[in-house]
Amino acid sequence: MPAFLFWTFALLMLVFGAGVIVTRNPVASALNLVVSFLGLAALFMSLNAYFIGIIQVLVYAGAVMVLFLFIIMLLNLRAEQARRINWLASAGGIAVALALLIQIFFVAGHLKSGRQTFPPLTASAIDDVRNVGALLFSKYNLPFQIIGVLVLVATIGVVFLSKREPR
Amino acid sequence: MVTLGDYLIVSGILFAIGFAGVMLRRNLIIILMSLELMLNAANLSLVAFSRFRVQSTGLPDYNAQVFVFFIITVAAAEVAVGLAILVALFRARQTTDVKDISSLKF
Repeated sequence: MPAFLFWTFALLMLVFGAGVIVTRNPVASALNLVVSFLGLAALFMSLNAYFIGIIQVLVYAGAVMVLFLFIIMLLNLRAEQARRINWLASAGGIAVALALLIQIFFVAGHLKSGRQTFPPLTASAIDDVRNVGALLFSKYNLPFQIIGVLVLVATIGVVFLSKREPR
Repeated sequence: MVTLGDYLIVSGILFAIGFAGVMLRRNLIIILMSLELMLNAANLSLVAFSRFRVQSTGLPDYNAQVFVFFIITVAAAEVAVGLAILVALFRARQTTDVKDISSLKF
């Protein structure tokens, strides 16, 4: 992938990701999140992870986003009113996030393999659905079944939680 | 050329954005969205490492991609349960602001 495409999509993802946390309107945040996830899916594609990129678009930009927008609609949330901001708490939050960022920069900058470019693939990775699926059903068969149980439990839990109790 | 470190730094910035969202925002829906950003930042670094470790077959390390697949599944389940709890909370308290939900505050 050309470097300018990587930086375009990375910048797109980061700018709209920042948009999620700076906008006051929850609907605007949800739409910013969609664009951020689309940029992320493009980055996955650039890493030859086509299956993960498509799953990202389907699950996040599709299902999760519809869920968020439906909840915002059902609860009829409006933009939150500007409350008195607790400056001390906000400064503390920003300081902790900045410390984390500096730490990540430090670790990634000093990683020995961090300055190497990606080695070229000698085989075609275009059929990675088959490879991921084969691994999923052989080596990771038990975790896959456990994930299935987890999704079932989550479904039952959601139905139970959102059921209105009779009075 | 794009290096592994570039991907890791982009993923780190995205994680920090999500972290700042959890720390600074008071709307529970935005906090859930920020959690999603953090999970996706972790996914990006996992996929970058997967592409970096080219196997002897000439393909990326697909173990990491299976792991990312599991993370995406768990994150989707987590969002569904989290939003259901949010709806139950809104019914009981008519608010999604974490400042109004302080009954467990010491």
